[in-house]
Amino acid sequence: MLAAAAAVAAGAGVAHAQYSDGAIKIGVMNDQSGLYADLTGQGSVWSAKKAIEDFCKATKCHDKIEVVFADHQNKPDVGSNIVRQWYDVDKVDVVVDVPTSSVALAVNNITKEKNKVFLVSGAATSDLTGKACTPNTIHWTYDTWALANGTANAIVKTGGKTWFFLTADYAFGHALERDTAAVVEKAGGKVLGKVRHPFPGQDFSSFLLQAQASKAKIIGLANAGGDTINSIKQAAEFGIVKGGQNLAGLLVFITDVHALGLQTAQGLIFTEAWYWDTTDANRAFAKEFAAANRGNYPTMIHAGVYSAVTHYLKAVHEMKSDADGAAVVAKMKSMPTDDKLFGKGTIRADGRKIHPMYLFEVKSPAESKAPWDYYKLRATIPAEEAFRPLKDGGCPLVK
Amino acid sequence: MFELIGVPPQALFGQLLLGLINGAFYALLSLGLAVIFGLMNVINFTHGAQYMMGAFCAWMLLTYLGIPYWGALVLAPIIVGATGIVIERLFISRLYHLDHLYGLLLTFGLALIIEGMFRREYGSSGLPYSNPLPGGTNLGFMFLPWYRAWVVALSLMVCLATWFMIEKTQLGSYLRAATERPDLVQAFGINVPRMITLTYGFGVGLAALAGVLAAPIYSVNPVMGANLIIVVFAVVVIGGMGSIMGSIVTGFGLGVVEGLTKVFYPEASNTVIFVIMAIVLMLRPQGLFGTPR
Repeated sequence: MLAAAAAVAAGAGVAHAQYSDGAIKIGVMNDQSGLYADLTGQGSVWSAKKAIEDFCKATKCHDKIEVVFADHQNKPDVGSNIVRQWYDVDKVDVVVDVPTSSVALAVNNITKEKNKVFLVSGAATSDLTGKACTPNTIHWTYDTWALANGTANAIVKTGGKTWFFLTADYAFGHALERDTAAVVEKAGGKVLGKVRHPFPGQDFSSFLLQAQASKAKIIGLANAGGDTINSIKQAAEFGIVKGGQNLAGLLVFITDVHALGLQTAQGLIFTEAWYWDTTDANRAFAKEFAAANRGNYPTMIHAGVYSAVTHYLKAVHEMKSDADGAAVVAKMKSMPTDDKLFGKGTIRADGRKIHPMYLFEVKSPAESKAPWDYYKLRATIPAEEAFRPLKDGGCPLVK
Repeated sequence: MFELIGVPPQALFGQLLLGLINGAFYALLSLGLAVIFGLMNVINFTHGAQYMMGAFCAWMLLTYLGIPYWGALVLAPIIVGATGIVIERLFISRLYHLDHLYGLLLTFGLALIIEGMFRREYGSSGLPYSNPLPGGTNLGFMFLPWYRAWVVALSLMVCLATWFMIEKTQLGSYLRAATERPDLVQAFGINVPRMITLTYGFGVGLAALAGVLAAPIYSVNPVMGANLIIVVFAVVVIGGMGSIMGSIVTGFGLGVVEGLTKVFYPEASNTVIFVIMAIVLMLRPQGLFGTPR
């Protein structure tokens, strides 16, 4: 389960930096085998290695940088054990990615206790920069507040005033439902009901029927991956959309759209932090990624891992040390971020990485011109409006 | 309108019907398990993977050969059943003289290998498969998709036909006799090993049929069976290991119980079956329809 991979860029000259045990060790932990394996998994490991490769090309790094990875199976206990072993025995300096909010919250605590660094790309809960924020964690790519803000606002504005939630029954689903309900109510909408389904689920027809009976205009899917795919597939079967109700996928990844097929997914509206077909640099990254990952295109989580690792390497390179996790994170917060995928950005005191978010709509089969040509841009949410205001999060570091 | 424990009766009818439909999957899968266990004494943990292979086989037939759903419904169980026969001849047949536990471990290992291979090839997020029977009818208390009606009808037919074949025909009586006294049956000139091999292939074919039925409504991905198989095993245990009728009735019944739980306390809907299993094991260890061995 615990596999070491690729020692990259072993220095030819004398190591001049003071790294703990002589190397920078990056641990990518995520779902390698379950329902989130395509949207994180080996793709994130590849992205971390790519970031190291590009960084070392640009700066001629003479440091020994290693990547290890592990499968947390979406279980907080499994994830906690791996991370403890990484920190205590394997001398890992930074943990990256970690989808599944319940696992991420556990890793968040351990990282603070051990004074290491935690760069979250996969997990969604906005609590990581709210009441659970720590001086050792940066939440990179997206969060539940940003998703809710982008998608729910757009939908309420176009008339979707009444909502019913289908919520995955764990930390992530609860956070996404809470943040979305807040946005809906603030924008003048109303939440008529909710149902919390076991994670992972298979048959959603019973829950969809309850949603149908609520007569809500919008059925908000506060779940992810295979659960979202199953919900959308079965909603089509039960004629939910034909019956005048609409689905709001609150967290949808490009791999989900691929799995659904455009015929079923067309017209879905959702918020993401990154899409491959926007700039030449993104397209080039996606092409290289696909060649190495069975033809799959990168999700925003993969791009986030690349961006986070790049910035981490810049910070430790300047400090010439990776020993003090909180100091590294403080350094990362003090430097503006800049990389080829996310462009320029900043990191806030609460650990929130700030960049624009994008509201996308899934193309119809006729509009799609090439494989993985799936999204059209509906709106760009500027960086300053994309994330929860600093004062509203309740992060103890901010006071 | 009056309400029943906070739920309008119309919604309740809908949920009951849905439960019955989901029960159709449980019944079909647990039937295959019961046939294999009842006639071969093998606890087939590969069943979930074979269900998944059925769904993938339908996808492959459509994608690579252009064979639509209706063709896959016949072909996929035959193809996957044939792979089952190969597995039985190569691996399982070597374990008949050992304890059940070895068969369980072997089939569990095979399931992990098969799922791993599919994940490596096709990823984890799944493949699209469109619904061959879109649309449905409004029953007044719920919208019944045509496809679900088809699933429940076909599943019921296959279950009853299987029960009839094993319990009421001469072929079935040979099978049952071969389970009790294989040496004696062989002495009457019946090729027992071949019959057992075909039985395994048939059980696997039932799993694959359930997989094809699932493809249009559930996400077709390598772990789709892994999530389901544990529930199905609970169904078999509750019904009584090896009891054909037991697995059918329990499959449908537990689908209904699970459906009702989804209304009254959805958070518990994936544990309720195991609670029932624990209670049944305490009060009637041989299962509801089983006979003590």
